[in-house]
Amino acid sequence: MKGMTIIVKKTTQLISGMVFLYGIYVIIHGHLTPGGGFAGGVIVAGSLILVTLAYGGDFLKLVKEESGTTIVESLATIMVILIATAGLLFGTHIFFNNFLPKGIVGHLVSAGVLPLYNIFVGTEVASSIFIIFLSLIIFKEESPQ
Amino acid sequence: MEIALSIITGLMILGALYAIHAKDLLSSVIACGIVGYSLVICFLLLKAPDLAIVQIVVDTITLIIMVAVVLDSSREEQFSKLDTNGYISAVTAMVIIVVLLYFFAVSIQNLDVLGKSTLRMAEHYIEGAAQKTGSANLVTGVVFDFRGYDTMGEAVVLVTAVLGVLTILRLKGKK
Repeated sequence: MKGMTIIVKKTTQLISGMVFLYGIYVIIHGHLTPGGGFAGGVIVAGSLILVTLAYGGDFLKLVKEESGTTIVESLATIMVILIATAGLLFGTHIFFNNFLPKGIVGHLVSAGVLPLYNIFVGTEVASSIFIIFLSLIIFKEESPQ
Repeated sequence: MEIALSIITGLMILGALYAIHAKDLLSSVIACGIVGYSLVICFLLLKAPDLAIVQIVVDTITLIIMVAVVLDSSREEQFSKLDTNGYISAVTAMVIIVVLLYFFAVSIQNLDVLGKSTLRMAEHYIEGAAQKTGSANLVTGVVFDFRGYDTMGEAVVLVTAVLGVLTILRLKGKK
């Protein structure tokens, strides 16, 4: 896949890091401010899509990226289910039990396991949307003209 | 606020109608964008910023992908001659509209004012939720603590969707 012009590349250099950081911020502050795992994950995926569209990349690199992202996605989903299962071990034995100490409401490190859920769901959403985009590009590159 | 909501909903209906009938596929995709972004404004007016953030980002990425697909394939609609007998479909549409309006009129009498109603279950969620879950954002508390099963289901649905996309869009293993 070919990249775009030099203007788009330079603008992407300036913007994409900011977008990525904003997505991380939305994920991490999910239990304090509006947003959370789903919204932040889609923002992170948007920054990755921006870089891929602007710079392009040859076929082998895209395929490698896709297989790596698939592993990240599966690991994040498994981690969500594992944390939910870990609630069965501690305290009252309930699936999705909030077993860590709650802390003070409004602090960054508070709310027990909810930030962990946010982080892993955010990773999973970001990688799944990026995989869908990458597989569309790979399909276009692979198909005979 | 209800007047503003009605105007925005009318705009959404117009955008959807234009998206169906547009000759150019690119303008049809942009008209779909009208529907999505008007929905964002509706969410903001109804004080649901979480939903608004998700909707605006997902809508932007969907528009980017759709525009890329339209620019890459063709901008003209194929198979445009589907329906030749317009009379029967017009009568059917009128009957369906009348039936739907009747049931809307019946059901709207039992509804509360928009945005004012609280269900009995929702009152239990709201009352003391910050102490129960420890999260300052009520939506995250409900989504990941009270309704954990639902969120896990959503995550698994995304994984399944990606599996489906990867299965359909592959050429190597196909014959």
